[in-house]
Amino acid sequence: MTGPAISFQGVTRRYPQKGGSDVVALHDIWLDVPQGAITGIIGRSGAGKSTLLRMVNGLERPSAGKVIVNERDVGAASDASLRRIRREVGMIFQHFNLLASRTVAENIALPLEIAGEERARIAPRVTELIERVGLTAQAGRYPAELSGGQKQRVGIARALATGPRVLLSDEATSALDPDTTRQVLDLLQAINRDLGLTILLITHEMAVVRDICSHVAVIEGGRIVEAGETYAVFSKPAHPTTRSFLTGVTGVAVPQFVAGQMRDAPQAPEAEAVVQITFIGSHATDPMLARLTSERGISVNILAGAIEEIGTRPFGSLIVALPAPRLEESRRFLEEHGLLTEVLGYVG
Amino acid sequence: MSANLIPILWQATLLTLYMVFMSAVLATLIGLPLGVFLATSRRGELFSAPALNTALGLIVNATRSLPYIILIIAIMPFTRKLVGTSIGTNAAIVSLTLAAAPFIARLIETAIREVDSGLIEAARAMGATPMQIVRKVLIPEAMPGIILGLTLAVVSLIGYSAMAGTVGGGGLGDLGIRYGYQRFMPEVMLAVVVILIVLVQLVQSAGEWIAARFDKRAPRNRGR
Ligand SMILES: Nc1ncnc2c1ncn2[C@@H]1O[C@H](COP(=O)(O)OP(=O)(O)OP(=O)(O)O)[C@@H](O)[C@H]1O
Ligand SMILES: [Mg+2]
Repeated sequence: MTGPAISFQGVTRRYPQKGGSDVVALHDIWLDVPQGAITGIIGRSGAGKSTLLRMVNGLERPSAGKVIVNERDVGAASDASLRRIRREVGMIFQHFNLLASRTVAENIALPLEIAGEERARIAPRVTELIERVGLTAQAGRYPAELSGGQKQRVGIARALATGPRVLLSDEATSALDPDTTRQVLDLLQAINRDLGLTILLITHEMAVVRDICSHVAVIEGGRIVEAGETYAVFSKPAHPTTRSFLTGVTGVAVPQFVAGQMRDAPQAPEAEAVVQITFIGSHATDPMLARLTSERGISVNILAGAIEEIGTRPFGSLIVALPAPRLEESRRFLEEHGLLTEVLGYVG
Repeated sequence: MSANLIPILWQATLLTLYMVFMSAVLATLIGLPLGVFLATSRRGELFSAPALNTALGLIVNATRSLPYIILIIAIMPFTRKLVGTSIGTNAAIVSLTLAAAPFIARLIETAIREVDSGLIEAARAMGATPMQIVRKVLIPEAMPGIILGLTLAVVSLIGYSAMAGTVGGGGLGDLGIRYGYQRFMPEVMLAVVVILIVLVQLVQSAGEWIAARFDKRAPRNRGR
């Protein structure tokens, strides 16, 4: 199959309010989620992330538009065919939603029981899934006896039980500490790689997107304001919301002592411009900055910098100070050599 | 206490147990589905049927607001149709069942409403039918609460059954009134009271023990 795994086509969701105007949770969403990729949807609280995700397995129906999953129209599906579609779409949750009355193994068996699988076939499948998520020693325990990370592993194993082609994740790591988050993200990545599973996850943390998503969509007030490949969005964020999510994540916040003095325009002839330089892939900034000094005689002051991996590509950004009068010349030089620049403000 | 009273007490205890047991079983058979339905049929819920939910809720409230002694008399014609007579043990079982069923329904409704709605959501996401959600998620997850509710209902039934003597139901309450009060034999009254207290204690302890066995919400090795 070559088309997108999931396709939102003009999806709108209205919640009628008693006596008032409707809440429009989603407004004309167009978005294709590619097969076999990990796609992140990021947005603030109330942006409409959960509503959008819940459309994919029909927990929520669109007021207008279509949601196509594996070439089937979910919004128009009958109850019976919706239940079939749901077996091909796994889901994991922020608060895990495990049954307290069932052991790890019994929780993982639940979707198979629901699907009417024969008892004899359930046990070996459950064993396999428990191994896959590394919980063999905990198979007989109850959720109350597990850590958050272990609970989410059970959630993942349960979501994979019926062999879905799509996995939905609603803030699956938001209740976990950074180390555990990392482990759960690694597991999701391994599943995506080994099973070729399409993963659509929602989050309010750009770090999650940076770490495992090859594609990202930014949602704000029920609209997609920016979408594309993660490295492209990270290197050239077009929307203010995207930028504010990126602050801190790309490790390039302007240092406090500079930020405090920054203005929108130079105040004196010797003022300096604060510029963010971004590069992707094999470009290296250091020689470029060195050449700027040696070839053009422009002195560059590095204020902050970081290099990390985004969607498996190296991604670096630097914040530098340049003499304001030579700003345009410097930018041209750097951009000609494949670096992206953005003026953040002026000091002095 | 004279020795010939012991068999009488024993008989009365057995009769009480029989009435309580039968009416508890029958009331649960009515109250369980009713309670599950009440817990899942408001607008937008699993079996969304707001009008029926409201109607059944009103009937349940109406039945529960009747004092038991009034209920016995009010339903006499119905009882007579059902078991052929409006007096005796079987008649008492009818009225006890009718008194306990709405009570049990409300207790079960409460227990089921305490199940985290996230679990219903997860089960729906797995493709479960509403009936599967009830059988595989709601009832098992609510089990500790359901058992404590049934315990409470059985304890109440033991109390109610004492009044069933009014319609010739027999049992401990009847014995206490006829011997202990009307014939002024305080030792019979005392024995009846002691037996009732012991029965209630036994039921309560057994209920709590069973509920704890079902309750996996706290880790086993950390005590409770
Ligand atoms: N059943 C509902 N009735 C009315 N309004 C709703 C309903 N569900 C969601 N909304 C509204 O739709 C908007 C989007 O909600 P949604 O849950 O999708 O946000 P979210 O991005 O997932 O937020 P969060 O990060 O807090 O989970 C919110 O303004 C919310 O109040
Ligand atoms: Mg949400």
